[in-house]
Amino acid sequence: MSRSEWKFESRYVVISRENIDTDQIIPARFLTTTSRNGLGPHAFHDWRYAKDGSLNPEFPLNRREAAGTRVLVAGSNFGCGSSREHAVWALLDAGFKSIVSSQFADIFRSNALNNGLLPVQVSREMLATLMSAVSADSVSPTVRIDLEAGTLRVAEDIETSFVIPPFARYCMLNGMDEMQFLVSSLPKITRYESSHPCTVDTVDATR
Amino acid sequence: MSPRVPHSQAPRTLFEKIWDAHIVQKQSDATPAILYVDLHLVHEVTSAQAFTELRERELTIWAPHRTIATMDHSTPTGLISSSGRGFTSLPVIEADAQFQLDTLERNCKDTGIPLLPLGDERRGIVHVIGPELGLTRPGMTIVCGDSHTSTHGAFGALAFGIGTSQVAQVLATQCLLQNKPKSMQIRVDGRLGPGVTAKDLALALCQRLGTGGATGHVIEYTGSGIRGLSMEERMTVCNMSIEMGARAGLIAPDETTFAFLRSRVRLPATTTWSKEMATWRELPSDEGAVYDALVTLDATEVAPMITYGTNPGMAMPITQTVPNLETIGEGSRRDETQRALRYMGLEAGATLLGTRVEVVFIGSCTNSRLSDLRAAAAVLRDRRVAPWVRMLVVPGSQAVKRAAESEGLDQIFANAGAEWRESGCSMCIAMNGDRLEAGQLAVSTSNRNFEGRQGAGGRTILASPVTAAAAAVTGVITDPRELHGAMA
Repeated sequence: MSRSEWKFESRYVVISRENIDTDQIIPARFLTTTSRNGLGPHAFHDWRYAKDGSLNPEFPLNRREAAGTRVLVAGSNFGCGSSREHAVWALLDAGFKSIVSSQFADIFRSNALNNGLLPVQVSREMLATLMSAVSADSVSPTVRIDLEAGTLRVAEDIETSFVIPPFARYCMLNGMDEMQFLVSSLPKITRYESSHPCTVDTVDATR
Repeated sequence: MSPRVPHSQAPRTLFEKIWDAHIVQKQSDATPAILYVDLHLVHEVTSAQAFTELRERELTIWAPHRTIATMDHSTPTGLISSSGRGFTSLPVIEADAQFQLDTLERNCKDTGIPLLPLGDERRGIVHVIGPELGLTRPGMTIVCGDSHTSTHGAFGALAFGIGTSQVAQVLATQCLLQNKPKSMQIRVDGRLGPGVTAKDLALALCQRLGTGGATGHVIEYTGSGIRGLSMEERMTVCNMSIEMGARAGLIAPDETTFAFLRSRVRLPATTTWSKEMATWRELPSDEGAVYDALVTLDATEVAPMITYGTNPGMAMPITQTVPNLETIGEGSRRDETQRALRYMGLEAGATLLGTRVEVVFIGSCTNSRLSDLRAAAAVLRDRRVAPWVRMLVVPGSQAVKRAAESEGLDQIFANAGAEWRESGCSMCIAMNGDRLEAGQLAVSTSNRNFEGRQGAGGRTILASPVTAAAAAVTGVITDPRELHGAMA
């Protein structure tokens, strides 16, 4: 990802439910994979498909207007429950670049930032505005998200700012990640270890 | 007064003391803190992609001796009979799950990480075996690619769940980048009544706070209502911290903690028991330490709890009725409740007492320890599981299984008509053949009643082991206080 990619626009799809847990985003029976790829078709599986495997026409992601949208607007406390990073991989694989909600669960937010899925936290009022801006036939206006400026804009009159932790923001804008930073800190980690003797030994405990 | 804490220092919470002691590099405006991890627990479902990442980046495992792997989530728990000679082997599980288990085995072999594989007598649910092996200790930082890592907070450890990218980071550097969470004190005073358990306390807190009420916070549970709990009960409470959205949940170590540790912890020659004890005794929050939030609960007012909806916050005392939609009012909460009740097939305003159940599950990292099994067995003794109920009892570890068998609990379960199984996550996550059929209603001692959590279309009512056992024998939702044996 580069700087320019984090200034983008898209129509959005709304799932208005609150407390959407990661079991809904990706049910556990799909977690036997050993890959990060290919989970998109299973995103929201049990809401998206009927028991016979056919698409549920009522589900927002299945509507024609949802095709190609890169932004998901969802109710408060998105991503609660299980720590499964598969939820983020599934959303990315389903084509999303950003999730907008009024609250994110901690582990989900961290997983999203580590994978370049932008969690945009807005006020409850702004969330309601975004949800109500969608017409009866599910056509949303275009949302413009600018990570560097920290702004989300819909039309000319609706704009809000959002905060991404500075380091995560820096990483996303510069195509870096936490692992690189931690690996570059290994000398410091070694120094810490030399002044903090280890009293646990899993190898010994399981011998 | 501790020699290591200057008088001038502001009073600190238990969480702050552990946090401070694990800072490799302080948090700044530009970067989060680098936090050192003392113990990393690994299981098959959230680790494969992390090992792949390390290989792709040509990184090695930094501290195999601080890492331990087990198999629990996608493992089978049923035994099959081998040509009539009794129960001997685990059945074949689906190919993907088998490949995942094989992948973990290969990854551990390649990297020197100790693994307790299927068949090992010390294997079990990752959060049950950590304390059993004496690896979980006060003052530690503990992480695992599993949200219920908060369980280990019962020992006064800062323990939290992480994603797979972070699993890779810890494997490669034994550290994480963390912004300091806020703190929340949950003070519980008084004693739980007869038939009321630590699970009921946890569900009462879930009801109070909702599933996102503690988001961004590390909870410290304090007060006489917590001090009076056993270690296993404390683990149940801390386990459910994530169901309130908390980053972690912990309890200050005390004599109860030390007594548990004494028989399990093996220390290296570089330290002594008294030296460790002295450090642990300094951990409890200082007088006057400040928390960002405070919640209080009177334990004497907690009743046996059940859930009626599709998240753990949708809980209520078993004697109460499901919320009435009119009293909830308009808005998202009403919509959410309505949708949840539709999924559950339950009526707004109705009592759940007497509601017929099809499955009862005793198990999971919340309630699968010996005391949980004893509590369930006390209800089942000399009784039969209702003919229309399937009951699974799944011990948290092979060690719990052996301990239960040595005191005859397995016989009580078998005589009652329940299935006594091998250890694992089993029907809590339904990855391994143990699952609800669509539409089935279960009373479960696990931690999540999310839609489909125990099997697509399955419906879950969360409860304590005694409430679950009471439902098994009567075949309907029952106040356990009405049954002899549940009042321990």
